[in-house]
Amino acid sequence: MTSPETVLATSTLPPPRDAYKINWIRLAPFLYTVGLFVAWEIGVRISGLPHTILPTPSRIFEAIVQYWSPIWKNSLQTLYTTVLGFLIAVVAGLGIGLFIGWSKTIYAGLYPIMIGFNAIPKVALVPILVIWFGIGTVPAVLTAFLISFFPIVVNVATGLATIEPETEDVLRALGAKKLDIMLKVGIPRSMPYFFGSLKVAITLAFVGSVVSETVASNNGLGNMMASAQSNFNVPLVFAGLLMLALEGIVMYALMAWLEKRMTGWAHRSTMSN
Amino acid sequence: MPLVSIDNVDMRYGGPNGTLAVSGLDLHIDRGEFVAVVGPSGCGKSTLMKLTTGLHIPQSGTVIVAGQEVTKPVSIVGMAFQNPTMLPWRTTLENILLPLEIVERHRHRLRKHKREYVEKAEALLETVGLKGFGDKFPWQLSGGMQQRANLCRALIHEPELLMLDEPFGALDAFTREELWCVIRDLHASQDVTIVLVTHDLRESVFLADKVVVMSARPGRVVSEHVVPFERPRQLDILYQPAFNDMVQALHSEIATARAAA
Ligand SMILES: Nc1ncnc2c1ncn2[C@@H]1O[C@H](COP(=O)(O)OP(=O)(O)OP(=O)(O)O)[C@@H](O)[C@H]1O
Ligand SMILES: [Mg+2]
Repeated sequence: MTSPETVLATSTLPPPRDAYKINWIRLAPFLYTVGLFVAWEIGVRISGLPHTILPTPSRIFEAIVQYWSPIWKNSLQTLYTTVLGFLIAVVAGLGIGLFIGWSKTIYAGLYPIMIGFNAIPKVALVPILVIWFGIGTVPAVLTAFLISFFPIVVNVATGLATIEPETEDVLRALGAKKLDIMLKVGIPRSMPYFFGSLKVAITLAFVGSVVSETVASNNGLGNMMASAQSNFNVPLVFAGLLMLALEGIVMYALMAWLEKRMTGWAHRSTMSN
Repeated sequence: MPLVSIDNVDMRYGGPNGTLAVSGLDLHIDRGEFVAVVGPSGCGKSTLMKLTTGLHIPQSGTVIVAGQEVTKPVSIVGMAFQNPTMLPWRTTLENILLPLEIVERHRHRLRKHKREYVEKAEALLETVGLKGFGDKFPWQLSGGMQQRANLCRALIHEPELLMLDEPFGALDAFTREELWCVIRDLHASQDVTIVLVTHDLRESVFLADKVVVMSARPGRVVSEHVVPFERPRQLDILYQPAFNDMVQALHSEIATARAAA
């Protein structure tokens, strides 16, 4: 059993099982997605639902291929309005968040106004935006912006407002001004909150732009789906949904990656405790 | 003229009906003195520290530091609290250098003389036994190591007045004794005034020139004891009868102060 040869052999050869080990966790998202589509396909075929109610995935993919040129054009348009609105929201949200978190008085005064504003369904604002800017790209960008900047503001302001009093005391005892405390502690501290909020914000931005395109635009996936629906082209409606889902996932993943890149310390420090 | 004069100070938290933390507080600390403050929990020791540094302004009475009445944070102090407040996005070294980015005297020199300051920080790390840990993040250090780094941060800008609020709380006995010696040598070699709040009576007697006992809340100074032991003190005085007698006397005094509450 323990002859020198066997010892040598086992120590030089890597354990064979590891070499073929499949990383199921990494594969799981793909397998589950495929599984969902397969179940959907089978379900629709067995129940015999018509395409005009619920098309099969294969029929939807067919529609994507068939209408590729308009789908591609409208997808880009929606991505463009969403990302533009989102970027404005990032800049404005960061600015307003820092402003609100700066002092307790400003925080107390503006917070209820912000809550009230956020309670307004943004769809209700689209007609006003149309009156001001006409239909098309501008109201879509603005709706995406309006709907997505709130979580950014709240998160940045919270990050600033929750500085530990001890940390502040140590710095104030050294003669630190409010600006010093914000630059050295407040802003770095609120960065994980900020990057965390981007994931929520980008998802909401899609909601905003598509809602606006649906009711007030001649472009974009929202408009494409609305007109496909009025033509009873249900597979095309679903093709639009699929493209939206895809764009949403990609942008979300991008934000998650960004969050990890920029504020790794926040994840590692909580993991180590 | 003393460096710190606290005269008949009342401090109440949270408005007219709030907690009266200290009342009729009188304390004088001379330049270069090492004062330890002991007393029951919640008696206002941390409040005393904050009053001295100008983080809180008393409702009545006066606090004078370095000849000036305190009306805003005084910038000649270094502080270390019981819970280390290291910033998790900075390495230990960057955390220690933080005061230099703030204190008026240093912030304009920092960029030009970076090397000099970094060397100084590394020397401090070495004295507290953290050599080579400068580029680790605080959350990669143990609790005791963070406290030691915290001490370095309080010392980096060579404050005239060092305020230590239970800085050795979470340390094991051996590290603690080691750091006592670090503080003792620092006090002997530099022109620094130290105020140390502690629950460890042996620590207070070993380190201080004067031990101040506070009453239960609302806190005031009940008595001041001059520590008679010769400097430099070695760790073996911890086992001498006279040392233990003094610790015991303080112990019973605090027990009485607690019972009086
Ligand atoms: N920020 C605050 N707001 C309201 N009350 C406070 C505040 N800080 C302290 N107090 C109260 O003031 C009293 C004194 O507190 P302080 O922190 O000075 O006690 P301490 O002597 O440092 O206690 P310990 O030894 O437990 O650290 C306590 O009764 C506490 O409840
Ligand atoms: Mg305390």
